[in-house]
Amino acid sequence: MKAVGIILAGGNNKKMRVLTRKRAIPAMPVGGSYRCIDFALSSMTNSHIKTVAVLTQYNARSLNQHLNSAKWWDFGRKQGGLYVFSPTITAENGEWYRGTADSIYQNLDFLKSQHEPYVVIASGDSVYKIDFDKVIDYHVEKGADITVVTKKMPEGTDLTQYGIVTTDENGRITDMEEKPVTANSSVVSTGIYVIRRRLLIDLIEKAAEEDRYDFVNDILIRYKSIKKIYSYPLETYWGKISDVDSYYKLNMDFLDKETRDFFFRTYPEIYTKIDDNPPAKYNPGAKVKNSLISSGCIINGEVEGSVLFKKVFIGNNAVVKNCVILNDVYISDNVHLENCIIESRGTIKPGETRIAESGKPQVLIEENERYPM
Amino acid sequence: MVKKEMVAMLLAGGQGSRLGVLTTEGAKPAVAFGGKYRIIDFPLSNCINSGIDTVGVLTQYQPLRLNTHIGIGMPWDLDRNVGGVAILPPYEKSGNTEWYTGTANAIYQNIRFIDTYNPEYVLILSGDHIYKMDYEIMLDYHKSHDAALTIATMPVPWEEASRFGLVLTDETNRIVEFEEKPANPRSNLASMGIYIFTWSKLRDALLATAEQPNCDFGMHVIPYIFNNGERIFSYEFNGYWKDVGTLTSYWEANMELIDIIPEFNLYEEFWKVYTKCDQYPPMYVSDNAVINRCIIGEGTEIHGEVSNSVIGSGVIIEEGAVVRNSIIMSDTVVGKGTVIDKSIIAEKVKIGENCVLGTRDFEYKESKLSKKVYASDLVTIADGSVIPDGVKIGINTAIAGVTTKEDYTDGSYLDSGDYIVKEGASR
Repeated sequence: MKAVGIILAGGNNKKMRVLTRKRAIPAMPVGGSYRCIDFALSSMTNSHIKTVAVLTQYNARSLNQHLNSAKWWDFGRKQGGLYVFSPTITAENGEWYRGTADSIYQNLDFLKSQHEPYVVIASGDSVYKIDFDKVIDYHVEKGADITVVTKKMPEGTDLTQYGIVTTDENGRITDMEEKPVTANSSVVSTGIYVIRRRLLIDLIEKAAEEDRYDFVNDILIRYKSIKKIYSYPLETYWGKISDVDSYYKLNMDFLDKETRDFFFRTYPEIYTKIDDNPPAKYNPGAKVKNSLISSGCIINGEVEGSVLFKKVFIGNNAVVKNCVILNDVYISDNVHLENCIIESRGTIKPGETRIAESGKPQVLIEENERYPM
Repeated sequence: MVKKEMVAMLLAGGQGSRLGVLTTEGAKPAVAFGGKYRIIDFPLSNCINSGIDTVGVLTQYQPLRLNTHIGIGMPWDLDRNVGGVAILPPYEKSGNTEWYTGTANAIYQNIRFIDTYNPEYVLILSGDHIYKMDYEIMLDYHKSHDAALTIATMPVPWEEASRFGLVLTDETNRIVEFEEKPANPRSNLASMGIYIFTWSKLRDALLATAEQPNCDFGMHVIPYIFNNGERIFSYEFNGYWKDVGTLTSYWEANMELIDIIPEFNLYEEFWKVYTKCDQYPPMYVSDNAVINRCIIGEGTEIHGEVSNSVIGSGVIIEEGAVVRNSIIMSDTVVGKGTVIDKSIIAEKVKIGENCVLGTRDFEYKESKLSKKVYASDLVTIADGSVIPDGVKIGINTAIAGVTTKEDYTDGSYLDSGDYIVKEGASR
């Protein structure tokens, strides 16, 4: 019990377009059976972190439903637990969370009442599997004040979405830029930090006194030369949901054997809320190729290169190619879909054809009558 | 004082020897069913869906798997402050200690457990049937008929009636006579082995018949209550109910689930069936896979061809493998190029590459292991078995344990009707 966890899950991102109408990014369904926040929560529970606070603000209903019980991640314990903190009006404060640092500041009493020496801060909008114990060991070994987990992005990545990190030969961060126009490094911050709890409390209190509210700009970047900030390079998979395209790609990544085996077949596991759906059912006429199919699906048609979330129904003669179909979607007979993301609980009318350009997935929200009389 | 209106007692201690090598590793109620479930999930889910939150599970034969499956009952919401699920094995007592010698004896030995909850009624269930039933409606019936005992019954085809325990009723559904597997049946109402007793009456009967060796509900306790002139009623049930006590009926019940609209529908939102699911990821279907008429559990990877089959969770069907008309339980691996037809393959089995199991070119032969248990054209393979590469296995066969080429005729052949049961793997 070296650390307490904080998951920042309150932000909004307009680039997700209509997909965040229903939910905040941490509650976005990922990889067939999971929600985005499951990856942060599972990494924490697998790293022996017992106490986790999830800070929510934007459109949190779906996220709160997902977190209604802590038992799925083994947080339903006498020691520690899972806490969801939304902004509340108090005698001292009537504001929303004005930024990431402010969201921690408004819950500083929680942080002060813990006993663990370290804090792991993670954001709820990324998909990864990491052993935080190793990051903490690295942090201690380097004598760091703050450790930032970083990822070297492959060539050709659009880096304007990320925080760019420059390090010296020892791994100490010499420069940091948030979403720069041109990047001078392809190493990006994953939004995962390790910091001593006492130091975090000091820095957050100081920032609050100065009316500064953002953790990256007002703490990391502002203190980069005074404090020893180190970079912990993550070698394994890391993906961030920053816009519709990255969300689509992230799900398609699970069709790749290496990524799939890393998350699905390598210890430790990723945990999620259990739904008790029956096994997937393949009726005559089903043709499925290179796809992920979740529990509760019923398939009568053709599915290729797609990710089907839970309880998806595919009608007779329907063709679904390179699509991400969120949970509880009903695709009627003779529908043809390519390169689409179908919002959850949608119903596609019989005979509809929607073919988007490859690489430019189209989001469909189809709230039609499911069983028209 | 603690008070529960009705406590359920689930008899899960029998081996279920007619499932052959499938019960090598655990009792029948723990045998997998329908891809991700175990047989006991059905009565347990019925309990919680009927509002019964206190369930005693009586275990005796090989209880390890049942114990780990049930745990504290969390998957069924049976982890309660008061009540919930309790696993009740036989235990040592001062005085005479004995195993559960019969169904009623098992309840007799747990009178104190039931008394703790001070119930008005006790529901007796067995762990070997697949059905959805609202016990609360049956309880209302029991109360409105002012019965001492209500027996759930269902009409069976007249030609099969002589295989069952039958009841004869009057016009008010009061039972006037019992017939156990009669040659010339006078009724086709068969007992389903589901009883609601008024606890005070059952308690008296258990104490009165306590000295009876192998004390059994059907043989001793119910006749005792009947002979005392108590009111016994038949509660007729007309839904889906399937005994899965033999290999053939077990196979058939699984196969019924893959019908387009199955008679027993697991996909209804109402009356969900709960199970302990290990957290499995979604299943992956590869580019070369062909799947037709199947239900397939989570976390499975299909690279080969699967049709008319029920596949569990975490299974791997490798490239070029063909699986037809079979049941494959969780975490089993089927090697490349292997062909499987009409087989029941239990959990964590490893089948090598290029094997042939149970295809139709084998001729039927009588079982050398047990004519009573193995009387179909199925290949049955027990939990944790290993089948080496390149072997051919005939129909009506059984395999348990880690087999090597030396166990097979000419290193690669097992004739129809034959068996391999390795040391350490019981029958």
